[in-house]
Amino acid sequence: MLTVVGTDRPGIVAKLTEALLRGGCNLGEASMVRLGGNFSIMLMVEGAGAAALEQLVRPVTDALGLRLHLDPIQGELHQHIEPNVQVTVYGADRPGIVAQATAALATAGFNILDLNTDVAGTAERPIYIMLIDGYVADGMAAVERVIAPLRVAGIEVRVTALDTMIG
Amino acid sequence: MAVLEVLQYPDPRLKQVSVPVTVFDAGLRVFLADLEATMRAGPGSVGIAAPQVNQFIRIALVDVSSKPNIPQHGCLRLINPEIVLRAGEVKGREGCMSVPDFTGTVLRAQSLHVRHQDADGQWHEFDCEGYEARAVQHEIDHLDGLLFLDRVVSTRHDLFRRKL
Repeated sequence: MLTVVGTDRPGIVAKLTEALLRGGCNLGEASMVRLGGNFSIMLMVEGAGAAALEQLVRPVTDALGLRLHLDPIQGELHQHIEPNVQVTVYGADRPGIVAQATAALATAGFNILDLNTDVAGTAERPIYIMLIDGYVADGMAAVERVIAPLRVAGIEVRVTALDTMIG
Repeated sequence: MAVLEVLQYPDPRLKQVSVPVTVFDAGLRVFLADLEATMRAGPGSVGIAAPQVNQFIRIALVDVSSKPNIPQHGCLRLINPEIVLRAGEVKGREGCMSVPDFTGTVLRAQSLHVRHQDADGQWHEFDCEGYEARAVQHEIDHLDGLLFLDRVVSTRHDLFRRKL
């Protein structure tokens, strides 16, 4: 797993992946996003050991002023879990929203597959927004039960069943 | 009835535009039965289109009756279907027998008015909505050489999207 973080600018992905291509690497699943002016990359790379990979990528990340981190992982493609529940959480921004919401979900055995958060509103009155896709064996009812106390605490939580249409 | 082979992307034939059905004979009925058997053999599949089984004619089947508590019309056998009206817009997750191991979020019309022929060539019209309308749009897309991959939207984008 190749992790790259640093100040965002155009061309980061192009330069990085060009180096990997030149080194004969294959790319797998990836998540890349701009967060607060930083660009972050998490990328499955196959075809070179950690040392060779570092040699390949380090010149690029150094030139772009990015931090690089490499972890050998046991990872395979085609291991997707289909989410069956989406949870939307929002409220006036305050410490603890993520910790409380995810702690509640964890007690229901909710497996988070994808989680995105954002801070919206204004600098004076920020609102926190979190969107989670996950899988829970016991379905929506179990999730509704564990998140009920959050609503009392002033957080808006909406639980939606995800039913993938296969055509 | 036979379960037919389902083409899988990147097979370029899936991007081909299908032609209208003009002959409504016994052969068409056999094909409809085979297409339905193929749909039912796909795990969890609620629709199928003729080009998915290498027949580039405008036929789509949709049957969402396995899903509880949604408005639906049972098994729809749509020959030369046309979407006459579409209203609303709704997000939902889709997958496809022709695109294994990937699902994505797609924007579709919430409700449709559809016109189509039956196995005898008779024209019919109906309204559908929600999950069933999603399936109808997904299958009709196949007739135009479109996959749901052509319409996938980012879920992250939802956080930023504002309706002014």
